[in-house]
Amino acid sequence: MAKSGTSRREFILDIARGAGATFVGGVVWGGMLLDNATGSITLRPPGALENDSFLATCIKCGLCVTACPYSTLKLADVGNSIANGTPYFEPRGIACEMCEDIPCTVACPSEALDLGLVSKTVNGEHRLDINSARMGIAKIDNDNCIAYWGLRCDACYRACPRIDVAIKLEYTRNERTGEHAKLRPVVVGDACTGCGKCENVCVTEKASIIVLPLEIAAGKVGSNYVKGWDPEDEGRIQEMEKPVPDRKAADKTLEYLNTDDLFDE
Amino acid sequence: MSKPFSSYRYLVLRRLTQISILVLFVLASSRVVNVLSGDFSFALFLDKLPLADPYAVLQMFFAGAEIALDVLIGAVLVFLFYALLTGRVFCSWICPVNMVSDLAGFLRRKWKLGENNGSKRWPRSIRYWTLGLGLVLSLAFGVTAFEMISPIGIFHRGIIYGMELGWFVIVGLFFFDLLVLKNGFCGHICPLGGFYSATTRFSLLRIRHIKDACTLCMLCKDVCPEKQVLHLIGNKDGLVQAGECTNCGRCIEVCDDESLKFTTRFSKTHKQQT
Repeated sequence: MAKSGTSRREFILDIARGAGATFVGGVVWGGMLLDNATGSITLRPPGALENDSFLATCIKCGLCVTACPYSTLKLADVGNSIANGTPYFEPRGIACEMCEDIPCTVACPSEALDLGLVSKTVNGEHRLDINSARMGIAKIDNDNCIAYWGLRCDACYRACPRIDVAIKLEYTRNERTGEHAKLRPVVVGDACTGCGKCENVCVTEKASIIVLPLEIAAGKVGSNYVKGWDPEDEGRIQEMEKPVPDRKAADKTLEYLNTDDLFDE
Repeated sequence: MSKPFSSYRYLVLRRLTQISILVLFVLASSRVVNVLSGDFSFALFLDKLPLADPYAVLQMFFAGAEIALDVLIGAVLVFLFYALLTGRVFCSWICPVNMVSDLAGFLRRKWKLGENNGSKRWPRSIRYWTLGLGLVLSLAFGVTAFEMISPIGIFHRGIIYGMELGWFVIVGLFFFDLLVLKNGFCGHICPLGGFYSATTRFSLLRIRHIKDACTLCMLCKDVCPEKQVLHLIGNKDGLVQAGECTNCGRCIEVCDDESLKFTTRFSKTHKQQT
């Protein structure tokens, strides 16, 4: 290929140019991906995998969007921080109607929308259960919710498809007037599907109850806290494997503290 | 064969195919008729037969996704169809970006904007680098790297499901092809084009050159979007071998001398040299 000195030099230079251009291209391209890969405040259809797996798995065919009878779901266009071509919805526009037959999840060919995440087992039989969907959790801005001011509003509570399960009203005394009650909406995180009906109907100019994706809204306790009053959680201690000491990070004292003896009765 | 239509016959057929497919997708997404639903990444024909973009699925695999059975079957079917039967026809008969790219190419010829500006700086092999880079970045970022920025995806999804800012990408691509580099995106950069170029060289459908009929008018090289594949023109009989040939048929229809034609790989000509 490279017989004379100049052409060998050219050949090597060409390779170097290619590699250099590829590297620069990779940095630019990677930068474009970073925004998508790190995730954003995006609500996905019911049954969506966790953000990381979802972005890897969604093939961007739009079949869920076509299947949605209420035009709730949209495919992301360029120009917003939502990964291009992936399905999402905006509750303030159109909220999820929580169809019992979950047509969007059923339509998904890539299993980025996982039927297993929106099913429950009843008498050994798998059934679709939209109530187990976790599209997000509704969060209330107590400062701007007029019910928290003491005004009479229960729009979100009435709109909630799981009224009294996912949103409850908490009655408290209105200290300001001294003679009225406040009917304050409270979200039960475990029961909230994230459908966004509450956000959709909220009467304040900008919704004072909004649905946030689980990755953003939900905290994580970590395995070191154990609910001593819950036999099932308490059982975790017994199942816990002996921790593998990391010789580089942990010194002998920490190793000692992590030994079995401390857990046993 | 000197009817005016004959020099556009494949072009018309290609546009019909490209537009029909888009129309079918739009009809399905607007729930009018469900013949072909989904999009170019994944589609269901008659609600049953899965079809998937093999390069997209490869990126999913590199991104760490579990590939669902339907998606895998669809990708294999599409891959085998192009690789064994038709060659790289996705790029010229199906992909809607081809219409944008061809329009830019047509205007470039019409307005005499020059053959190539810096073909050394923009080698045809860029697409194989982007092809690999797409997989490496999918692995690194855990997302389908090309699908996130693909003008093909932006364009066809925009047509099927609606778009606003996406048009800017398409207009940008048009001007890149028109002013910066001839056949710039489709013929140099697109990793999906690179993927099909790299995998379809052994397909059944091929273009054959008959040297004795050729008058060296070079009309074929003028219109060919991948003219490097036509190096055999006037030199020797034989098949256009490169996978980079999109089987668009432009060379065949512009040839006044019947020295180019579609054949199968195995068909024998009256006279065959090596």
